[in-house]
Amino acid sequence: MDATEELVGKEVTVELKNDLAIRGTLHSVDQYLNIKLENTRVVDQVKYPHMLSVRNCFIRGSVVRYVQLPPDGVDIEILHDATRREARGS
Amino acid sequence: MASTGEEDSAVKEPLDLIRLSLDERIYVKLRADRELRGKLHAYDQHLNMILGDVEEVTTTVEIDDETYEEIVRTSKRQIPFLFVRGDGVILVSPPLRTS
Repeated sequence: MDATEELVGKEVTVELKNDLAIRGTLHSVDQYLNIKLENTRVVDQVKYPHMLSVRNCFIRGSVVRYVQLPPDGVDIEILHDATRREARGS
Repeated sequence: MASTGEEDSAVKEPLDLIRLSLDERIYVKLRADRELRGKLHAYDQHLNMILGDVEEVTTTVEIDDETYEEIVRTSKRQIPFLFVRGDGVILVSPPLRTS
C-alpha cells in the first residue's frame, strides 16, 4: 500500500499475534509488509522482558495483528482514493 | 475481468460489498475472539484494513474448576487509527446494534 511511504519516520505500535506490543519509529516496510522498527521498546516491559536491550528490530509481516498508527499520520482522502482504485483493479 | 476503462460501481464480487462501506462504520470479527468497530478508511484484496476511531472488544471464557460454569468476560480498548492485517479477519459487516 502506498500509504506506507507517508508513515516512515512516524511512531507506531506494532501488536503481534502473540500479544506482544512493540513501540518504535517506522524505518521501512516491504512488499510482504515486513516491518523494520527503530528505537524500539516493548509496551509491557514487565510482562515481556525478553527484548529490554533490543533497540532495532525486523518483524515478519505474517506475525503482525495490528499496527497502531498516529491519528494524523495519513491523509484519509488519499487512502480512500487509493482504495477505490485498487478495488476496481483487483 | 474485462475492463472498459470506466468507473464501474456495480456490485459484482464480495469485495465490492465492502467497497460500499468505505468511509462508513463497520463491524469486523477477527480470530482470537476479537471484534472491532470502526470507520473503514482503506482495504485491499487481502482484507488488510485501515480503520479509524476503533473500539476493540476481546472476549475470554473462564471455566470454574469446581462448578464448571462458564464465566464470559469482555475487555474493550479504544484505538484512534489502526491497520489490521487481513489474515486475522473472519468477517466484515455493517455494525450490529445489540446494546
